Amino acid sequence: MFDVAVVGGGVVGCAVARRFTLQGARVVLLEKGADILSGASKGNSAILHTGFDAPAGSLELACMQAGYREYLEIRERLGLPLLESGAVVAAWSEEQHAKLAGIEVAAHANGVADVRLISRDEILAREPALSGAVLGGVLVPGEYLIDPWSAPLVYLLQALENGAEVRRNTEVLAGRFDGAWRLETSTGEVRAAYVINCAGLFGDVLDERLTGVRQFTIKPRKGQFVVFDKAAARHLRTILLPVPEERTKGIVLTPTVFGNLLVGPTAEEQESRDRADTDSATLRMLVDKAVEMLPALRDMPVTAIYAGIRPATEEKKYRVRHEVGQNYIVLGGIRSTGLTAALGLAQHAWGFCAGTYAAVAAPVWPQAPRLAEHCARDWQEVGYSEIICHCEMVTRREIEAAMEGALPATDWGGLKRRTRAGMGRCQGFYCNAALTALCAGRLHD
Amino acid sequence: MIDVAIIGGGPAGVAAALALKRRGVGRVVILEREAVLGGVPRHCGHSPFGMREFGRVLTGPAYTRRLRAAAEEAGVEILLRHSVVRLRPGGVLDVATPDGVKQLRALRVLLATGAREMPRSARLLGGDRPLGVLNTGALQAHVVLHGSVPFRRPVVVGTELVSLSALATCRGHGIKPVAMLEQGTRQVARWPLALFPRLLRIPLYYAAEIAEICGGARVESVKLRDGREIICDGVLLTGEFVPESSLARMGHLAVDAGSGGPVTDQYGRCSDGAYFAAGNVLRGIETAGWSFREGAAIADYIADDLVGGLPYAEGGVEVVCGEGLKYAVPQSLARVTRLRGVLQLRVAEAIRGQLRVRAGDVVLYKRRLAALPERRILVDLESLRIPQEVSQIIVEIVA
Repeated sequence: MFDVAVVGGGVVGCAVARRFTLQGARVVLLEKGADILSGASKGNSAILHTGFDAPAGSLELACMQAGYREYLEIRERLGLPLLESGAVVAAWSEEQHAKLAGIEVAAHANGVADVRLISRDEILAREPALSGAVLGGVLVPGEYLIDPWSAPLVYLLQALENGAEVRRNTEVLAGRFDGAWRLETSTGEVRAAYVINCAGLFGDVLDERLTGVRQFTIKPRKGQFVVFDKAAARHLRTILLPVPEERTKGIVLTPTVFGNLLVGPTAEEQESRDRADTDSATLRMLVDKAVEMLPALRDMPVTAIYAGIRPATEEKKYRVRHEVGQNYIVLGGIRSTGLTAALGLAQHAWGFCAGTYAAVAAPVWPQAPRLAEHCARDWQEVGYSEIICHCEMVTRREIEAAMEGALPATDWGGLKRRTRAGMGRCQGFYCNAALTALCAGRLHD
Repeated sequence: MIDVAIIGGGPAGVAAALALKRRGVGRVVILEREAVLGGVPRHCGHSPFGMREFGRVLTGPAYTRRLRAAAEEAGVEILLRHSVVRLRPGGVLDVATPDGVKQLRALRVLLATGAREMPRSARLLGGDRPLGVLNTGALQAHVVLHGSVPFRRPVVVGTELVSLSALATCRGHGIKPVAMLEQGTRQVARWPLALFPRLLRIPLYYAAEIAEICGGARVESVKLRDGREIICDGVLLTGEFVPESSLARMGHLAVDAGSGGPVTDQYGRCSDGAYFAAGNVLRGIETAGWSFREGAAIADYIADDLVGGLPYAEGGVEVVCGEGLKYAVPQSLARVTRLRGVLQLRVAEAIRGQLRVRAGDVVLYKRRLAALPERRILVDLESLRIPQEVSQIIVEIVA
């Protein structure tokens, strides 16, 4: 019997499992995929947002800002990187330029006091490679870059090392509440006092399975991305945000902590919750868009292409609710801001149950994989035995470590997210065979 | 102090090392990031390699064993598992080794890092992201080095020479390609090699391009632009070689957009005169034999340079890759009374017309030709007489 069953191992579920574990609850995290981060959290733009442009007074804003603060508080102890890049909301047309003052006002109203208008000249002084077509912008100094996979991984690792359990390949099929929850899963019954729905793209499906009704509907929104070669990174240090449009934050051009340059995402409504496919016309459009903003990218090779799916709903706001008599919390409709808001959402969910348990007195602080290019990497330390992935400089030691421990990689995606092996410019031309041999029998498709 | 550091121990790098030792250069070091010397031919399980170098027909692995033996015998220092991570001005290299990061200094550095096939991502090839989408290089490493078979019934994309070598690799390891796709209207590889797919009874589709790759965990099918769907369990992306010039691109050396390799002059000298380049890092792609000879030739220039015998790079002539051409290598010419070497050209699409080298309106060289993609096109530099006042020549094919 668990105190809390967290359903879904995305960034939100991992953060919730951590929070409740540290507060003394006995937690089990149930993930239907072979590994955590196999849904919406698999692909995003890896930005730690200040909330400068979040809806005023919204829960989203509150959770983003709480999550932002907690990330900065805990990240050094968990070995998580932070690239203090700052962001510029850049205007490329008179129409966009006219909106900048309003963005600054809204940011200040959201408590992000250091946001200010920045002139075209100042932008170009800061980013000399940027196209001269930029008209002006809003500087958001506090927008930072993080590792979108190591953060949730180490959140859950901290939960596990402080007593939580994780069950992967475990789908919740049904549930019944009779003072406590009995969850019927694909790997047997799980009993827990509380259930927290962090099921992301399947949050509404789980809602129905547990309560008999869907109180919201997921409208999957796909975003395609293109990653440029690491040689591109020298041309841009700041996150380049577009002036927001109706539905989404629009297309971002940003450095990454891995030393690449990323352009995306698109916003494509689709039926499928799990088909994150790309198409060459859209990818070409993204490349062209990036080149338009940063002409130095013209002959820059592309390293990777991918798509992520955001669990948008019929409403823009987060779909968070607490059913008191049912010991049931839903953290639904958490879209692209989820990476930032996760720790804040976990605090918020904890707020519903505060006082129930006794916090862990001296928690263990596990260490995240060190994958950020601006920090020391494993290959810089002696005794790594050999480099397996030359493009991303991934060592045999790192690959071995990723397949061991409390939450070992069980598939190729999981190994890539934990090590970056095969994610570089050659996409496996040099290392695919060696990597396959090294992992033989230890990973499945 | 190292006299010459060579980055990459494939045919070009080893040939350069041998030539430098022959010229009496003292300390010649090969920095190889893999655990063995040899480069790409290590996993080319087929012949012919080594005809000119060793006077006999060898398979790739046998050829690389010869290279290793020759390098050891010649007294070349071979540092394995040494990954150069950064080039610094003047021949200073940051090197990752299992014993820690080191900084090495060399009077001259030769980039001989080879080439690789363009991966799916750089081709902007859409669809799902299942396992089983590989380049020929990865396939060959699987079957030759590790005895593993990544798929059984792949679709093969491309009809270059390497594509046929991929078919041979498949055939030898129980892999039966279900189709071969060529986006053009004819095969890129020349007759009679082009008969090979037919001999193996592999359907060859012309004007065929993949619109999307489909599959969950593994590849299940590919959909073509014309709507056809081919059931398969893998996609083998062959050819479209690009230089592995990341060190140049990430560092301070000028990189040529056309070839994708470092900008060099006729001596293989880069934009920083402490650096030279040879082999397929210059362009995609030439044979191992060509790379070997090129490595040796450029090593000779390096040996000359070490004793002050190479003409200055400053005030050279820029070679502009004009109409009809994909690349021209080298991209600059040091000014000398008598040019040596060749201008290496490639076209992106089949073209018939006049190949011209001109300085402004003055035509310095011309010949008629019918050019096909991935075929060697050479212009003998000795035939060019570049007037003194000229600072730029343009190479082009006028249809």
